[in-house]
Amino acid sequence: MLSDYIAKDKKSTRDGFGAGLLEVGQKNDKVVGLCADLIGSLKMNAFMDAFPERFFQMGIAEANMMGVAAGLATSGQIPYTGTFANFSTGRVFDQIRQSIAYSHKNVKICASHAGVTLGEDGATHQIMEDVGMMKMLPGMAVINPCDYNQTKAATIAIAEYDGPVYLRFGRPGWPVFMPEGEFSIGKAVHMNEGKDVSIIATGHLMWYAVEAANVLESEGISVDLINIHTIKPLDATAILASAARTGCVVTAEEHQILGGLGGSVAQLLAANNPCPIEFVGMDDSFGESGKPDQLLAKYNMDTATILAKARAVMAKK
Amino acid sequence: MSSIKDLELVACQVRRDIIRQVHYASSGHPGGSLGCADLFTALYFKVMEHDTSFQMDGKGEDMFFLSNGHISPVFYSVLARSGYFPVEELATFRKLDSRLQGHPATHEGLPGVRIASGSLGQGLSVACGVAQAKKLNKDEKSIFCLMGDGELQEGQIWEAVMYAAHNKLDNLIGIVDWNGRQIDGDNDDVLSLGDLKGKWKTFGWTVTEVDGNNMEALVTALLDAKSNTGNGVPQVILMRTEMGHPIDFMVGSHKWHGVAPNVEQTENALAQLEETMGDYPYPA
Ligand SMILES: Cc1ncc(C[n+]2csc(CCOP(=O)(O)OP(=O)(O)O)c2C)c(N)n1
Ligand SMILES: [Mg+2]
Repeated sequence: MLSDYIAKDKKSTRDGFGAGLLEVGQKNDKVVGLCADLIGSLKMNAFMDAFPERFFQMGIAEANMMGVAAGLATSGQIPYTGTFANFSTGRVFDQIRQSIAYSHKNVKICASHAGVTLGEDGATHQIMEDVGMMKMLPGMAVINPCDYNQTKAATIAIAEYDGPVYLRFGRPGWPVFMPEGEFSIGKAVHMNEGKDVSIIATGHLMWYAVEAANVLESEGISVDLINIHTIKPLDATAILASAARTGCVVTAEEHQILGGLGGSVAQLLAANNPCPIEFVGMDDSFGESGKPDQLLAKYNMDTATILAKARAVMAKK
Repeated sequence: MSSIKDLELVACQVRRDIIRQVHYASSGHPGGSLGCADLFTALYFKVMEHDTSFQMDGKGEDMFFLSNGHISPVFYSVLARSGYFPVEELATFRKLDSRLQGHPATHEGLPGVRIASGSLGQGLSVACGVAQAKKLNKDEKSIFCLMGDGELQEGQIWEAVMYAAHNKLDNLIGIVDWNGRQIDGDNDDVLSLGDLKGKWKTFGWTVTEVDGNNMEALVTALLDAKSNTGNGVPQVILMRTEMGHPIDFMVGSHKWHGVAPNVEQTENALAQLEETMGDYPYPA
């Protein structure tokens, strides 16, 4: 139920990754860590200190890191690579495509500072196309958890999944509102059942979707709220059931609208149950320097935009 | 504005600008910026023939490319101080709706910037393209390209190094900010560069070494390189600098790669740097 989701405190999703990596390292001695000169930013210090022999500093050489990870996986290790989302995807797309995805290597590509919420570093670093690139690769799982707890749980869960995974998380402190320790790859979390409008969100914008849902519920509008941490494989059952209940959908993500979660949901609905849909995300633009909340507001990825699109989509029913 | 003393005075103000930009934005990269303040001053106030009315194609001008884009504060300060845009604009660094993006960009039309950088390892390739174009256009001016030493770990740099030698890009002058540091520590601890001089040499470049925090030596090395163009061989200057130079609590430490000084640290740093050209105002 919606009222179960209350922000307790703020912690970054990358901190959740760091905590999860340490824990999965303790549980599974096949797990190895690789990082390209960003140990502190990726919060990989704890793992490195606990397992120095299973940690590899790669230097500023991401293409080599992806290849080395593929080699480690070939010999049975479970490599977790760490760098910013931009340098985890765009920088090394062909290395991932050939040596990891096509070769079906068990590499976990762990990508921090995704989206505009990395803030002041600006557009060179704010990748908004990574989910699109990764979800197009056959066999690649794409996971974009929404808070510290979900990121930590996802980091642990992916070790048990045999195959390449893209795990996307971010830089800023962010509300923590999901329960600890719960994560099932490919299984959406149904956060609230409703009949008027479906809101399907991923990553940081999941919290804004909760805020928007609270506003709508307070006005007597019943919201079906879906937490899609796994963009691929997409939980078709959960999405189709939600759309059947409400007859209209809003998707929300910190990513380009072209190529993101919204596109996957729209394709699913178009093929199975066409209904009105609105997209919250980056509208074919690069980001810029600024504070995370300023940028999310300027580029229409905030609670107000989710609310506006929810009202608009209901009017189209 | 040509004596060594004059240049040193400019570099001092540039360092104040770096500290003040990064402090006011509460983010940015002071360490490498401070270390390279002498180089940027020498290039823009002495060595390069350039036109602050700014044409993208840089026809008939010496041109500069910043590959290690995170040291944008030093780039912005020198561009402003040499007349590309108002000095007051430095107060907008890293703020919303600014032309002074966290990493240099052409997207907002900031005069003086010809390519986006920030994702490391890409600048030397761009500089090769510009050098190639200058040759096609019978333009005899020089192209300078600054890279970080950590940045040299990127494979693309070495693709460009090979390309420049193969294509005899003798109008290209590479400069390495050889401060020995990067984010996670010393180059030697992260991923050793080995015999850096030997590497560039075997790739077919002429290599010189200089103290990058000694204005006189730096100007001499840059002017020498400029007069050595046209010999069929690209040149690189391995520039020994100190990250954070000369601020006593920053100098030599990788910890100041990308951290903003707080109020106290800013006051302390500014007290070590003479205000030689007048600080730009912070907005009220
Ligand atoms: C492709 C790429 N990988 C990683 C980064 C993150 N990063 C920014 S600066 C930096 C260290 C650069 O070291 P160096 O070139 O020596 O610069 P210095 O720290 O001396 O200023 C890293 C890893 C980046 N900007 N681009
Ligand atoms: Mg360095």
